[in-house]
Amino acid sequence: MARIDVRKTYKLYIGGAFPRSESGHSYEVADSKGRFVANAALASRKDVRDAVVAARKAASGWAGRTAYNRGQILYRIAEVMEDRRPQFEEAVRQSEGITAAAARSQVDAAIDRLVWYAGWADKLAQVIGNANPVAGPFFNHTAPEPTGVVGVLAPQSSSLLGLVSVVAPVIVTGNVAVVVSSYDRPLPAVTFSEVLATSDVPGGVVNILTGDAVVLGPWLAAHMDVNAIDLAGVAGDAELATSLEVAAADNLKRVRRAPETEPDWTNDPGLSPMTGFVEHKTVWHPIGI
Amino acid sequence: MSTTVPTDPAPGLAAYSEVTASEASLRRFLHGLPGVDQVGAEARAAGLGTRSIKTTAKAWALDLAIRMVDLTTLEGQDTPGKVRALANKALRPDPADPSCPSVAAVCVYGDLVGEVKAIVGSQVNVAAVATAFPSGRASMAVKLADTRDAVAQGADEIDMVIDRGAFLAGHYLQVFEEIVATREACVRPDGSHAHLKVIFETGELQTYDNVRRASWLAMLAGTDFIKTSTGKVQPAATLPVTLVMLEAVRDFREATGVQIGVKPAGGIRTTKDAIKYLVMVNEIAGDDWLDPDWFRFGASTLLNDLLMQRTKMTTGRYSGPDYFTLD
Repeated sequence: MARIDVRKTYKLYIGGAFPRSESGHSYEVADSKGRFVANAALASRKDVRDAVVAARKAASGWAGRTAYNRGQILYRIAEVMEDRRPQFEEAVRQSEGITAAAARSQVDAAIDRLVWYAGWADKLAQVIGNANPVAGPFFNHTAPEPTGVVGVLAPQSSSLLGLVSVVAPVIVTGNVAVVVSSYDRPLPAVTFSEVLATSDVPGGVVNILTGDAVVLGPWLAAHMDVNAIDLAGVAGDAELATSLEVAAADNLKRVRRAPETEPDWTNDPGLSPMTGFVEHKTVWHPIGI
Repeated sequence: MSTTVPTDPAPGLAAYSEVTASEASLRRFLHGLPGVDQVGAEARAAGLGTRSIKTTAKAWALDLAIRMVDLTTLEGQDTPGKVRALANKALRPDPADPSCPSVAAVCVYGDLVGEVKAIVGSQVNVAAVATAFPSGRASMAVKLADTRDAVAQGADEIDMVIDRGAFLAGHYLQVFEEIVATREACVRPDGSHAHLKVIFETGELQTYDNVRRASWLAMLAGTDFIKTSTGKVQPAATLPVTLVMLEAVRDFREATGVQIGVKPAGGIRTTKDAIKYLVMVNEIAGDDWLDPDWFRFGASTLLNDLLMQRTKMTTGRYSGPDYFTLD
């Protein structure tokens, strides 16, 4: 007897839970050939609002973790991804329409990227922080601190490696993220949220909304309680990117600007994804008294 | 504000003079009130909570809710400086927006009335908690002295607590007489009187039947407002409890012609909650009560959420807690 398909309707990931969209809307996700794969929740502006509240709630706890502990947790995400490798490979293959071998190498690269960032957790302050020589009896040092709540518009075509490449650098420095996934290719992001939920990442540190960056981007960019925004997901739409930058200027958000075209995410990212979302704190400490 | 002399009984109230004449008749009356259908009350409150209030109606509700807030701080750690900051916030809740209305009142302990009064003058009322707030455990003489002291300092409104121990033990006449005595202590030398609110601490009254009885008891004793809670006991204000009290004031006005205000206090933190209460006021008591003179919110954190929602409506973008004062 033929088995009945289990048709899936995926949900959002907000505050460590998997709620439906506040709007009640979902949309059909197709593979690269246009065949139905699953339904995904269509996030609305109110989901953005809820996600920002959840992120803000989680921000101080996550920033208060030791860098070493954040590194451990990022590594743990990589471990759990490794366990769910077949699911990721399938999702990437369907979403991006690439061969199984190419999908495998994308998943490899995504996991390796997480491990790479995990290693940076307790080293970034050593590299970009400094003990500053000053003309006085002070020990003067500069250390990076997290910016706070970061809105992330994830890349539209690289559904997993691109996603990991924009989320990991945000959280490794102690920020919390509200992520809008790729619109056409949300399923790897959905699986990634299931990984996050089971890998010691406190609820609210990463919130993943499946939906349209064109619709949600303006709300995120204008939100007064969001401290920074990464516009990777609107690469190629210069007009929209500019309007988001203008909206972001109202509360002096840090903006990681949209590239002209989506970059090759397999390239070495360098430190800029991390240094873009930190605040440098300089402390003057009297000595010799 | 009412300026009637408290010794004048309202004409409709005279019919109830026999009810309050003795312990036995008062008990008979209160226990003769119809019982509250607990499941029904909770279902009705939950049903009213699902109404959707949007756009212009929401903007109206937000401003009304702000005007109804009794901005409250009742902590042992209240300093004169903190209370002054709160008083300034009461006058101008959103300094960035001059169209934002003032709140109804500032609610503080009796000894801080002067601090608040010096800042708000007569633009915003000053409410003082009295009668050994929050437990109500003191001798009558102390409770009345507490009340007179607050009135003498210029309090416009007195929030008294009932003796829940006496109420639960069935000593209704004692509670009745305490309210009457406190009301007399609210009289100023010029004959006007401070508004009296009676706090039941519904979280300690156990049943909705008791809430209904306490409401009638306080209304017969001549209170101006009935208030759910001190905010010191959980659960504080809930929708069903407020529903029972709104039914009581509605029925009381029908029976006597006297309108009494209602004030839920404690646990109302979000705009969503506040709007649910407003819907309930309109549906249960009627729109006569949709006015700061007849309905109040005892709250502190609620105000910031109302202001954030208001800012969202006026600017079209979400606001954040960074832009409003902590208090």
